[in-house]
Amino acid sequence: MLKYISKRFAVMLVTLWIIITLTFILMVSVPGSPFNSDQSSNETIKANLEAHYNLDAPYHIQYFNYLKSVATFDFGPSIKQPNQTVNDLLGRGFPISLELGIVTIVVAVISGIILGIIAALRHNGFIDYMAMGFAVLGISIPNFILATLLIQQLAVNLDILPPATWSSPAHMIMPVLALATGPMAIIARLTRSTMLEVLTQDYIKMARAKGLSPWKIVFKHALRNALMPVVTIMGTLLASILTGTFVIEQIFAIPGMGKYFVESINQRDYPVIMGTTVFYSAFLILMLFLVDIAYGLLDPRIKFHKKGGE
Amino acid sequence: MEKILEVENLHVTFNTYGGTVQAVRGVDFHLNKGETLAIVGESGCGKSVTSNAIMRLIPDPPGKITNGAILFKGKDLAKYSEKKMRSIRGVDISMIFQDPMTALNPTLTIGTQLMEGLRAHRKVSGNKAKEKAIEMMDLVGISNPEERLKQYPHQFSGGMRQRIVIAIALICEPDLLIADEPTTALDVTIQAQILELFEKIQESTGVSIILITHDLGVVAKIADRIAVMYAGKIIETGTKREIFYDPQHPYTKGLLNSVPRLDLKEERLTPIDGTPPDLFSPPAGCPFTARCPFAMEVCNKVYPADSEITGSHKVNCWLQDERAKQLLATII
Repeated sequence: MLKYISKRFAVMLVTLWIIITLTFILMVSVPGSPFNSDQSSNETIKANLEAHYNLDAPYHIQYFNYLKSVATFDFGPSIKQPNQTVNDLLGRGFPISLELGIVTIVVAVISGIILGIIAALRHNGFIDYMAMGFAVLGISIPNFILATLLIQQLAVNLDILPPATWSSPAHMIMPVLALATGPMAIIARLTRSTMLEVLTQDYIKMARAKGLSPWKIVFKHALRNALMPVVTIMGTLLASILTGTFVIEQIFAIPGMGKYFVESINQRDYPVIMGTTVFYSAFLILMLFLVDIAYGLLDPRIKFHKKGGE
Repeated sequence: MEKILEVENLHVTFNTYGGTVQAVRGVDFHLNKGETLAIVGESGCGKSVTSNAIMRLIPDPPGKITNGAILFKGKDLAKYSEKKMRSIRGVDISMIFQDPMTALNPTLTIGTQLMEGLRAHRKVSGNKAKEKAIEMMDLVGISNPEERLKQYPHQFSGGMRQRIVIAIALICEPDLLIADEPTTALDVTIQAQILELFEKIQESTGVSIILITHDLGVVAKIADRIAVMYAGKIIETGTKREIFYDPQHPYTKGLLNSVPRLDLKEERLTPIDGTPPDLFSPPAGCPFTARCPFAMEVCNKVYPADSEITGSHKVNCWLQDERAKQLLATII
């Protein structure tokens, strides 16, 4: 297990390095510089600024400087907001984005699984059709459409929820709803189909023959087996929720990391681009790793070593 | 002898998109305390449905017990509520399934699966349950039980898993054990071991066994009495000796003729031609008529009543009619 984890960490570092390199190549190959839009600056000032931020150095020197800053977790100050370092921005934005992400995942997973179980247990019944109809809607409506619809109905027409920003639990409802509906629908559909399959297995019949209660049969015997495919797609879902936060944070004016990420690219704020990208990538890679570990914990047949032994 | 189970006029149907399948059509049999009854028949004859009906494990819908009584120790299980039935399953009546590779939950340890029935029905402490589990593992012949309780099904071979399935079925000391083709999925040497285990268990616990099988070799080894099923009906019952040495129904004879024998010099086996009738619309008369070499006009129209050959041997066949017997005597 320990060997597996250390091996995985090595692979994760390589992945991260590839992402950093690609981001750097993309960054320097996009035309423009952080100082293009500054009307006041003339050529001399611009050259001075570039020299100040080391942007006049050859690309390979810049590249190694970036690698060094990543390795020391110090991305330097933002070019556009020179009084703040990238770490300040991340420190401020990340907790908010994390909060949004975690609430979304918890809502999506719990409600998706419950919906899937109910649909499977009432197979071909009214609740099943309702749940699956709802799931199809959830999968097909993009989160930004849902977000604007929610604002229109709940905030503008009915005036029961605040339309934007992030300060109280009431502010969370709409962004989380908009972001969680898609993943929830996917989880619900998957849980339903795997649950239906698992419920026909012999070991479920055997559990019934033991005289266990339906509650125990569903949660102890069926659910764990039904959840394996759900855990498998969790990695993909996490990635989609992560990218979803960029859009949702923009729509609801949530001061999370997504805002800096998008703004930094528009403004060619190189340290912020690098910082946010590295941070998002590292986070996602770590999450995918945790999903794999969870998979092994759920299914005893999966072992984290190649050959037999302890 | 004390009867532990009496099934009377049991009817089970399944509603499908294609119509209603009459899987079991009026089955009567009984089981004495401590004996082994084998229910024999080809695939689709309703033997598994009958055993599932006794456990009330038929999925409803589409399945339904439409008529009949299942008297277990004098009480009619067919009228029990699902909740009341749960206190019977695993405690008074247990079941063993065909395929040990799929009958165990891959995500739970053997110990959990072995003890959960005990813990659900009897209020026992964790240590007591573990003691009992180890005792059961010993009984079914699994060495090193304490270690093995912590392992998962995929760490056991097929034969070992079937032993565990048997241990799970027996842990609450049931009075009746229903074994639905318990050896079909195992290879021959393991089959013999499992059958010996059944004999040993019956000796030590006195449990009554209903054995569902299509393998006459298995029947010959461990059954006391045999019920032959065809197209949802029991067409002949008798002791093992009566069925093997004095079969009366042409179908029973056909079944026995289609088993290879070492003591006869015949080179080819004699199969029974044809296929069983469609149970969507079963024939009014004897269902075997279409395949029977002795079929008469009456066979197709009226189902023959029980004919008693001896006190224990019963058959449903028109050949038992006095006139048919006289006629056959003049021909042969």
